[in-house]
Amino acid sequence: MNKLGLIIRREYLAKVRNKSFVIMTFLSPILMVGMVVLIAYLTKINDSETRIIAVLNESSFFTTDFNSNENNSYIVLRDLNLEKAKDTTSGLGYYGLLHIPNGNTVEAVANSAYFYSKEAPSNSVLDKLDAIFQDRLRQQKLMELGVSAEEFANIDNRFQINTETFKGQQNLKGINEIKAFIGGGFGYLIMMFIIIYGGFVMRSVIEEKTSRIIEVIISSVKPFQLMMGKIIGTSLAGLTQFAIWIVSATLLLFVVMSFLGIDATGLENTSVMPQGAMSNMAPMTPPTNEMQLYANELFQIPWAMLIFFFMIYFVLGYLIYSSIYAAIGAAVDNETDTQQFIFPIILPLMLAIYVGFFSVFSNPHGPIAVGFSLFPLTSPIVMLMRLPGGIGEGGVPVWQVLASIGLLLGTFIGIVWLAAKIYRIGILMYGKKPSYKELFKWLKY
Amino acid sequence: MRIEYLFKHKSLLDQFYIFDKIAFMNNILVADRITKQFGNHFALKNVSLEIPRNSIYGLLGPNGAGKTTLIRIINQITYQDSGTILFDGEPLKQHHISMIGYLPEERGLYKSMKVGEQTLYLAQLKGLEKAEAKKRLLFWFERLEIGDWWNKKIHELSKGMAQKIQFIVTVLHEPKLLIFDEPFSGFDPINANIIKEEILRLKEKGTSIIFSTHRMESVEEICEYIALLHNSEKILDGKLSDIKKAYKNNIFKVGMAIKNGEALLKQLSESFQIESSYYDLERAQLEFQIKLPSEDTRSFLTHLSSKGTINNFVETIPSANDIFIRTVQSKSIHE
Repeated sequence: MNKLGLIIRREYLAKVRNKSFVIMTFLSPILMVGMVVLIAYLTKINDSETRIIAVLNESSFFTTDFNSNENNSYIVLRDLNLEKAKDTTSGLGYYGLLHIPNGNTVEAVANSAYFYSKEAPSNSVLDKLDAIFQDRLRQQKLMELGVSAEEFANIDNRFQINTETFKGQQNLKGINEIKAFIGGGFGYLIMMFIIIYGGFVMRSVIEEKTSRIIEVIISSVKPFQLMMGKIIGTSLAGLTQFAIWIVSATLLLFVVMSFLGIDATGLENTSVMPQGAMSNMAPMTPPTNEMQLYANELFQIPWAMLIFFFMIYFVLGYLIYSSIYAAIGAAVDNETDTQQFIFPIILPLMLAIYVGFFSVFSNPHGPIAVGFSLFPLTSPIVMLMRLPGGIGEGGVPVWQVLASIGLLLGTFIGIVWLAAKIYRIGILMYGKKPSYKELFKWLKY
Repeated sequence: MRIEYLFKHKSLLDQFYIFDKIAFMNNILVADRITKQFGNHFALKNVSLEIPRNSIYGLLGPNGAGKTTLIRIINQITYQDSGTILFDGEPLKQHHISMIGYLPEERGLYKSMKVGEQTLYLAQLKGLEKAEAKKRLLFWFERLEIGDWWNKKIHELSKGMAQKIQFIVTVLHEPKLLIFDEPFSGFDPINANIIKEEILRLKEKGTSIIFSTHRMESVEEICEYIALLHNSEKILDGKLSDIKKAYKNNIFKVGMAIKNGEALLKQLSESFQIESSYYDLERAQLEFQIKLPSEDTRSFLTHLSSKGTINNFVETIPSANDIFIRTVQSKSIHE
């Protein structure tokens, strides 16, 4: 076996055999799922509480509007003045009191209505009350314009426009958000991986320095070989972790799908059905089948392409960042000294994530999205967020993909070269906390 | 020797090989005017060395003299700015590192890796096949009586035990040249002695050895050749016995039994330089150091023995440390 292979093997085994790696691999998905379940559960508890709201209605309007539902139950108070009503409400421990004074018009009454409560009321309560008033006001206005109550009921039909691409593909409402979310997930995964595994590389370099084995090793191999072996070995360990996660997630997905009664084999067929059938099918799809449709759409996302590009961007992005991490590890003596150097690395990663979530989601092909998906330090994340929309027509232009990969490759070579120079000098330096100025000097040694 | 020049001219190079064949035959390593600069600071200035085959060579000098830099250049960990190095008659190349064993001053092992796995890994990095490496490791483990350590982790071993492992790793690939940087630091006296014995045995088997240390007295007894480095320059090198001969200054230590010691001292001090003296009146014992004008001691001894009984008469040989101090002093006077 050649020396690089030996180093990769050692680094890989050292990582994979580590107890914390094993625990991380099996525990973190459980933690993740547990977290989601916990959050959902907590939200549910929070919302399931029924609030009792007292209503003191002195007007002739709004007599039929307050219907109790699962969240808010309304109790109508009668023959009390406002002060008494307030006392009663707080005495009974109700959530609040809605006071609707008397007036001549609906509008005047609505405008002088007040909600009293012990604490500032929650938004969900206010939204409900607002909606009640708004509906009523609108109805009133329309009636004044001569619209009957029956006609009003017909007006208030929710409407959603049907959309289709030029190629005739049926689009589902919200599918773009889902796609962006998937892209964002990939981007986020890359960021987390770079930060976690870059940190592993850095700590591994520091460990070799503090255990003083470094000089023994580089008297046998070139520092560059050691650095690359370390980076590759560590990333293979990370990929192993990913592979375990992906396989178990896929298994889980199929289990969940069979649980929900979605037929995965049927999906493949519907996606190749004639377009006419598709578009005819959509409007009359009963809501239970909407899930099937979404699942169908999800299967149409070019997963193979996404995973392929994920690998490319992941590998290049990771190599760039982890060689910087290796150089930092070489430059310092212990982990506490790394802070000043780590912040500038994390900065472009955070920037990429924020730009991705705020700009790419709303406009995946806008100038900011394009710029950041070309800039090498952010492209692995931002480009992946754009890619679920496809490549070529309607998606990311082919030249942008090629240009970003090209730029990434060039940067990779340059950064690795610089990092290797710092690494080579740094691993033999002890006892000094280097400054940026010093690192710059090392580049010239 | 204008080595670079000769390398540029192939025909001259051939001649050079013939002419200097003897030098190549005798030297495992020849360094020619090595200079290394870090920023504005010179780590090595025109340092030339010839390290004879199958010898123990002491690279001596205080901390910061440039020893470690020179060793790192030989190990191709760093590279010289100018100057050339010949290893075993060839310009130093990457493949030579499998013929060099290096025990650095800053040394250690992976703390959480098992001894067997770790030593196998390091041996393979030096180019040994796995099976061969394992065979040799078991031999060495047996020899240094550490056979049952194979599955132990380094952090379970004491520092001295770890040093034994480190030594094995250094010599396992049977290098032609062994370089030890401050080899005995971290060893207790018993283990240091075991290692010293092993090093001498390796030398018997034909290995050339470089010792680098700032504690000159620690290697003086086993070095045949030395070079003194000071402030990035070589100030002295050669065969230790020759150097000592050159630096001895005919100072003799005398001990004798004599009744009237003070009178003798007074008389001697008129014609010789007395370095130090002590007279024990009660026991009538006189001890002094005297500098004689030549190596010829016969007439002086005859004179002395007529005065009393000579108990001892020894020439004082300067230690490497003395030589170093004197050379540095004389250099700074000249400058």
